[in-house]
Amino acid sequence: MITLHVNGRAVEVDVAPDTPLLWVLREELGATGTKFGCGVSLCGACTVHVNGRPVRSCVTPVSQVGEDRITTIEGVTRQDLQSDTTVELRRRQVAIAVQNAWTARSVAQCGYCQSGMVMAAVALLVENASPGDAEIDQAFAGHLCPCGSYQRLRAAVHDAAKALAGI
Amino acid sequence: MLLHAPDIAHGHSRVKRRTFVFGGLSAGGALLLGWSVLPPRQRLHRSSREPQSGNRVALAGWVAIGADDRVTVIVPKAEMGQGVHTALAMMLAEELECAWEQVRVEQSPIDPIYANLTVGRDALPFHPDESGVISRVVEWYSDKLLRNVGLMITGGSTSVRDLWNPVRDAGALARATLVNAAAAEWGVAREQCRVEHGVIRAGDRSLRFGELVASGRTLEPATTWVLKDPSAYRLIGTPRIRLDAAAKSDGSALFGIDVRPADVVYAAVTMSPTIGGSVRKFDAAAARAIGGVREVVELTGQNGGAKGVSVIAERFTVATRALTALNVQWDAGPKATLSSPRVRDTLRTRAAERGGRTFRRVGNVDEALTTASMVVEATYDVPYLAHTTMEPPNCTVLARADGADVWVGTQVPTQARSAVSAVLGVPAESVNVHVELLGGGFGRRLEVDFIAQAAEIARALPGVPVQVIWTRENDVQHDFYRPACAAVLRGALDAAGRVVAIDAVAASQPIVPAYGSRNGVALARFDVHKSSVEGLFDQPYAFPAVRVSHHAVSLPVPVGYWRSVGHSHNAFFLESFIDELAFAARQDPVEFRVALLLHHPQARRVLELAAERSGWRTAPSPSADGARVARGVALHRSFGSICAQVAEVSLSAAREIRVHRVICAVDCGVAINPDGIAQQMESGVVYGLTAALYGEIAIARGQVQQRNFDGYRALRISECPVVDTFIVPSSESPGGIGEVGLPPIAPAVANAVFALTGERLRSLPLRLSAERA
Repeated sequence: MITLHVNGRAVEVDVAPDTPLLWVLREELGATGTKFGCGVSLCGACTVHVNGRPVRSCVTPVSQVGEDRITTIEGVTRQDLQSDTTVELRRRQVAIAVQNAWTARSVAQCGYCQSGMVMAAVALLVENASPGDAEIDQAFAGHLCPCGSYQRLRAAVHDAAKALAGI
Repeated sequence: MLLHAPDIAHGHSRVKRRTFVFGGLSAGGALLLGWSVLPPRQRLHRSSREPQSGNRVALAGWVAIGADDRVTVIVPKAEMGQGVHTALAMMLAEELECAWEQVRVEQSPIDPIYANLTVGRDALPFHPDESGVISRVVEWYSDKLLRNVGLMITGGSTSVRDLWNPVRDAGALARATLVNAAAAEWGVAREQCRVEHGVIRAGDRSLRFGELVASGRTLEPATTWVLKDPSAYRLIGTPRIRLDAAAKSDGSALFGIDVRPADVVYAAVTMSPTIGGSVRKFDAAAARAIGGVREVVELTGQNGGAKGVSVIAERFTVATRALTALNVQWDAGPKATLSSPRVRDTLRTRAAERGGRTFRRVGNVDEALTTASMVVEATYDVPYLAHTTMEPPNCTVLARADGADVWVGTQVPTQARSAVSAVLGVPAESVNVHVELLGGGFGRRLEVDFIAQAAEIARALPGVPVQVIWTRENDVQHDFYRPACAAVLRGALDAAGRVVAIDAVAASQPIVPAYGSRNGVALARFDVHKSSVEGLFDQPYAFPAVRVSHHAVSLPVPVGYWRSVGHSHNAFFLESFIDELAFAARQDPVEFRVALLLHHPQARRVLELAAERSGWRTAPSPSADGARVARGVALHRSFGSICAQVAEVSLSAAREIRVHRVICAVDCGVAINPDGIAQQMESGVVYGLTAALYGEIAIARGQVQQRNFDGYRALRISECPVVDTFIVPSSESPGGIGEVGLPPIAPAVANAVFALTGERLRSLPLRLSAERA
């Protein structure tokens, strides 16, 4: 049994230690918001936060995660009772602003890559309150969207940054 | 009950006969309205009532109104990103006169009333500006055949065109029904009632839609209704946030790969690495020895799929590990010598040959070519392309002795049902297809190979739902590729630099017969289809003489529909060539095109709008790093709409092509959701740029060489241009939109590269040699 800390809950899973975190989330925990896109860290669809940092869950063996705090798209706006720090509060605030901006701009098309995009946007805005276009491009360099949501997501990041600056 | 309505005048001046199927109150407290949307000649017998299931009347209707005032629009089209659910809901809500906030959508079941008729008409090789007796008769037969076959298809940018009338009629009929009930309740004439935001009023009395439904009144279906005058539209033509925007931002949107029926198990597959290869042997025992493995299944390759082996296990990662343990040995088969450079040579050779099938012939092309002041000739070609939908192919099947449930993102639910029914040997009616959200379609999900394969796998574990997931490598290597194509274009100019003749010969594998034979679609046997030459023979330009021919080349590479299909390459051929002619005639590319469009004000307006908004007549500013920027233009008509794009392009120090901005003008008839249209223009440009700049499936020794996004590169955010969209106001019936923005981008960029460098790139993907030639 391996104990994981996902979205503020401790969960036990019975999987081989080299099982990628992605499949544990999707199959063991039913957290299907995190997506399988390439399996080799080329597309970003599987992005989750590990201790607040964006990580590709498709190439992260569960054995590597240990006690680290995992946040998925399902938990990114939820209250994490176990670690209710200032950073966590900020992260939730940012996530809500990002999701609102994403909706207002109709960023998603098919939407399959968007959980990864939102997780990347939250991580970016927690670190950098008002990123420029070049910084946005850098933060999303590892994310693919064949539908072509890039222009809107760039605008939505700016919208979210503006909304957060007003809080 | 089945009501046969008398002749009814409604909305438009046309008279139509209608058949109603009316459900009354379902167990869930919802009013369901359904009726045949079939034109008069087929109005009665195609409507079918479905048996009751769960807590609702399973009438194949278009809208359900709940006692809670919720308006549920029943959508038969698959949402794969193109925004169709939102557009259809807007159309229905417009006529129903409910508040937009009341509206949600629900995926329809399979029923003949949802059959797509527009795909048939659209496949026919008729020039869109010429309507004659023959085309009308053939279109009539196409409609009739498609009604009989009852194919539900989301594709070919047909959804809004196909449902523009039926869905608005649905809303208007529902509104008239509710008004009649309220009028009867109040003892007033229905003309005294007005409807706004889901509330019916007469004098000081009012009833919400939900109140009417909750009261349990008998709601007799209206027999007459009037469509709104477009000047009264409140929703159509206004930018709306997609109905799925929030669910796709918070991870709650469920795709096919996300379904989790109780006790689901997972399967992984390995398929012949060589096209047409087969399984020689494998070690099933070694795989079965791995803990958690449930079954090993040999795959026979259904519906055009490849042969292979699958492992079912309790976890997907266990299944993939077990595949390695199988140590499958393959027989490469007779196609093991196939290579894409040889395919390219073959296609270019064939395109240089006269003959083939002629799709359009106007005037005397040969004479014009001999007597012209100048003849320009150029050969173009494009490679095979993969679709790479972000959600890899996957399908979940629960096979039972007496039927099956199938959960899948598909563009063709009826085809999916037939395929599963055939594999399992159960009647089609016993197969329930649950259409989930599609993580991208692009034509890949018009295929049912992976669905039939999932049925074959799930058959090994009756009563257990099996989710078959393809890896990205499975996907890239076992696609139905956009056909490689070559074309030779010759153009004759007179002394004044006017085009007097165009002669185009293309060579490629035709898609329609291949799709038809692997999927048992009888319609495809009728060898009248335009997909190989669409975009080449049907453009709005006036050429005094023109001949467009096609050589159908037989090659073993599986080919299929890829976003915008033939337009995806033919726009590149023709619009690059028009630019070459303009250069030869020493004319401005926009003015040269305008001269060919004098008889076609609609196309001309689109072109001039793009030119004007791009500042075509002014010099572009240098890029941020100081590189020189040049513009290129392209105009293309596809799927009932016209799109012009101006691309602004520069080169990096390493001579890589960079696209900074694309100005996009589009006339797609009535704009339902202008923001959705802009989004599809952005989407077409991005998907089209991936193909224009990077896309290429290479084949060596019969094997696809690309495996994942490293070898099969896709456009990334830093490479994405700004896309500015301008919509031409129109009151014409809607055209397509999901594919329309794609065809012009490759030629617009190629033409800009020529303007920038003087180098004419005639092959995709566009690549400049590292050193200046």
